[in-house]
Amino acid sequence: MNEPSLKILPRRSLLARMFGLSIGLRHSPVAVIGVSLVGFWVFVAVFALLLAPFEPNATHLPFAKPGTEFAGGSVFWLGTDHLGRDVLSRIIWGSRTVLFYAPLATFLAYVVGIMAGLVAGYKQRWWDEILSRISDIVLSFPVLVLYIIIIATIGASGVNIVIAIVFASAPGIMRIVRGLTLDLRNRDYVAAARTRGESSLYIMWVEILPNARGPLIVDACLRVGYVIITIGVLGFLGLGLPPPDPDWGGMINETRAMAMVFPHMTIFPCLAISSLVLGFNLLADGLRELSMRR
Amino acid sequence: MTNPLLELNDVHLSYLGRAGLVEAVSGVSFSIEPGERIGLVGETGCGKTTVALGILGYLGSNGYLTGGELRFKGQDMSALCPEDLRRLRGSDIAMVYQDPTAVLNPSMRIWKQLAEVPMTHEGLSLSAAKQRAATILEEMHILDPERVLEAYPHQLSGGQCQRVVIAMALLSNPSLLILDEPTTALDSTTQANIVQLMTEIGLRYNTAMLFISHDLGLIANTCDRVMVMYAGEVVEEGQVTDVFANARHPYTQGLLRCIPLPTADKDVRPVLPIPGRIPQPGERPIGCGFGPRCFGFSEGVCDQPGLPLSNTNENASKRVRCARWADVEDSNPDLPAAQPPSEVGEESFRVEGLKKYYPIADGSLRSFFGRTKPRHIRANEAIYFSARRRETVAIVGESGCGKSTFAKVLAGLETATAGEVRIAGTDVAQVPVEKRTAEQVASVQMVFQNPDETLNPSLSIGRQIGRVLTKFGKETDKDRIRQRVAELMDRVKLSRDLIDERPHRLSGGQKQRVAIARAFAGEPALVVADEPLSALDVSVQAAVGRMLMDIQRRHDTTLLLISHDLGQVRYLAERVVVMYLGQVMESGCTEDVFAPPYHPYTEALIAAVPVAHHGVTKRHIFLEGTHPNPSEPPVGCPFHSRCPRKIGDVCETEPPPLQRDGKTHFISCHIPVEELSKVEPVLSVKS
Repeated sequence: MNEPSLKILPRRSLLARMFGLSIGLRHSPVAVIGVSLVGFWVFVAVFALLLAPFEPNATHLPFAKPGTEFAGGSVFWLGTDHLGRDVLSRIIWGSRTVLFYAPLATFLAYVVGIMAGLVAGYKQRWWDEILSRISDIVLSFPVLVLYIIIIATIGASGVNIVIAIVFASAPGIMRIVRGLTLDLRNRDYVAAARTRGESSLYIMWVEILPNARGPLIVDACLRVGYVIITIGVLGFLGLGLPPPDPDWGGMINETRAMAMVFPHMTIFPCLAISSLVLGFNLLADGLRELSMRR
Repeated sequence: MTNPLLELNDVHLSYLGRAGLVEAVSGVSFSIEPGERIGLVGETGCGKTTVALGILGYLGSNGYLTGGELRFKGQDMSALCPEDLRRLRGSDIAMVYQDPTAVLNPSMRIWKQLAEVPMTHEGLSLSAAKQRAATILEEMHILDPERVLEAYPHQLSGGQCQRVVIAMALLSNPSLLILDEPTTALDSTTQANIVQLMTEIGLRYNTAMLFISHDLGLIANTCDRVMVMYAGEVVEEGQVTDVFANARHPYTQGLLRCIPLPTADKDVRPVLPIPGRIPQPGERPIGCGFGPRCFGFSEGVCDQPGLPLSNTNENASKRVRCARWADVEDSNPDLPAAQPPSEVGEESFRVEGLKKYYPIADGSLRSFFGRTKPRHIRANEAIYFSARRRETVAIVGESGCGKSTFAKVLAGLETATAGEVRIAGTDVAQVPVEKRTAEQVASVQMVFQNPDETLNPSLSIGRQIGRVLTKFGKETDKDRIRQRVAELMDRVKLSRDLIDERPHRLSGGQKQRVAIARAFAGEPALVVADEPLSALDVSVQAAVGRMLMDIQRRHDTTLLLISHDLGQVRYLAERVVVMYLGQVMESGCTEDVFAPPYHPYTEALIAAVPVAHHGVTKRHIFLEGTHPNPSEPPVGCPFHSRCPRKIGDVCETEPPPLQRDGKTHFISCHIPVEELSKVEPVLSVKS
């Protein structure tokens, strides 16, 4: 037999696949709204320096109503707070905080949850017993109490918030991954991998995890939304990022006593949180729709 | 002439998909007389199930009747309002689906599910309905109907569930019963019993039946008339005996050539697969749908639209949709020539007294403190046999006989409780695959049953086959691996263009080819194939089976074929091991096992094979009851509880002796071999 020429087609690049995904999402109006909302806030966060009319922490005229003009022709579009800081600028800079810490915390929670879930689901026996019992203990605390205990112990800072969120969300993620693994480990392709002597690590990483990605991606989108709320709640409880750096939850907390008289100080940060969370939820819905259609 | 019960007149059925309206059934016409049994055969995707759903008006939200008319008892079905249609479905037309366990509600007792039917359709009282349920179960020949009535579906076997489903369909006395692959999910022995039952019911209730199946043998054994469907059209119809004995359409002929003759093996009469694959609805060619795959295709004749179903001059009822039926009749393609049987080599593995017990998990506190005797499922009990290189050894038996467990022990996915498995001289029975040496791992590979689960959906075909090469150190260079993968794909007759595709783009047969390429990539000494063909269509079975044999010969591999399909086993294997309840009942060369003396169990298994070939007659033997629970096997001979040839108490008390007939043929039975030799053969060929 003479050597037939072997056609080698290049694999589709990551960019092309991302493009394919966005084409798929375009057909779902829900996903389009979700993507636009999230995209809007990402844009705002990235270009905060150009978009914000004022320094976020600079004090000007306190209690200014939205639309008040300031010296030099600039305008407090959303008014100022009790210390005279521009609300719009603080929201714009605050989006950076939230869009940095929320995805980071979710990602790390996923790293921990996926590792624990894969091991518990694939290895079973005492691995499963130990990991599941630990997660049961963590999950048995009311989340808020857990956050308060952790932050109160290790102090309020960006890193500590991430640690607290990872600690509280990883068990839930582990449960999901474990459930998916329990189903996938019985597939014939896993048996085939075992009969060719693959290591457990390879099987978990290559044979099981990629096939669990559908539900996990959807869950991750939803979870980013929850984490944003959590960061907001922590800020509201005074357990968030230490002042004066802008933080949406913290902004609500600082101004809530004056909300009846000067609602603009509280309402705008609230709207910012809701719109971003809504964006992630709709995106998750869109992704789920897309995965069902395939 | 009586009025036909059901009349289909040039019916077109279409589905609305993303690509627009796609016609799945284009112009099917037939009628069913009361009490008649009609078969609809064809491969997956030919539109036969769509016809059934169309009759019931069940096409779903995206299915439409786009032409023609459907008349039931003279009434136009499309004119009925949904409420009338619903009433009709339960009472006058009933349907039996493929998977009986999926039809029954798992959280309701059987009697409740059965009683619902007369209560809804006839307004019977609860007690009367319950009475009816009990009566009908008895008529279905269910053993112990009292227990079955009180049981939940999961407590019943597949065969019992199917009987319950058929009983449910018959409860309202329908005049038409539609059966969609009624026996595909069942064991061959159970299949034979259900077929017998259906024949009986047809006669007793005068119910017309429409059988839908890809199994030509089943249709041949149950129906009066048959329609062969291909690409949404009926291509041939007529009396069953007529069609199977003198198939006129090249497709029917092709299908028949795909099924191995139950009395010959692969070397004597190789099967001839139909080339190509069935076109998707929407991609069907103009003119004869079968044209592109036909040996007798002729341009200008076969690609003209509007081919009619024309009468053949031999019989008024037989019609064929082929422009050249008179010419293709004798232009049969050359059947592949008989091959010399492959020479077997040295012994590649030996199994000695293999035992595998699974402990039954008992979560009670008593068992935790060691107060109860641990119970076990005895999956394998004392298995002895060996196989040589280049040899195909088949293990046959009903589901639950422990054949898959045995495969798992060989591959190291499970470890044996006792006994030895010697591969290349060393015992690996107690060594799990994780602890085996690299050579031991590489020497045993598996092919699995379910084509949809056998490949990792996230990895490309090339990567999955290539992984075996890297894993077993056959090749390290990336380009060389790709080259080797491409060669392997040639060998299993897969297009090289598929190398970077993910499995979801492949058909079932193609997936199974990839799985076979993957198993053979590391050049193992032994390949264990667990029901590799069962989930495939007839024509695909023939093609994949042939390819499997080719690749086995080329690699000098021992093939252990695990199957419940004795037709395939007879065809593919050189030696057969018959298992029942984890024990070997009979073993020997295929010819010896398929001829007297038989073990009574083997005899029943052979008799259960549905035969489509004209001129082959078989004796009917029906096995009572079901496979016993392997946690409480009967004492003495494991088969005594169902054996039609039981000779007395000795069968119930003493394990049967191993008797030898000839050099390599062993039968484990109390009946002396001399007496078993006098048994009349199950299959006989008129020539």
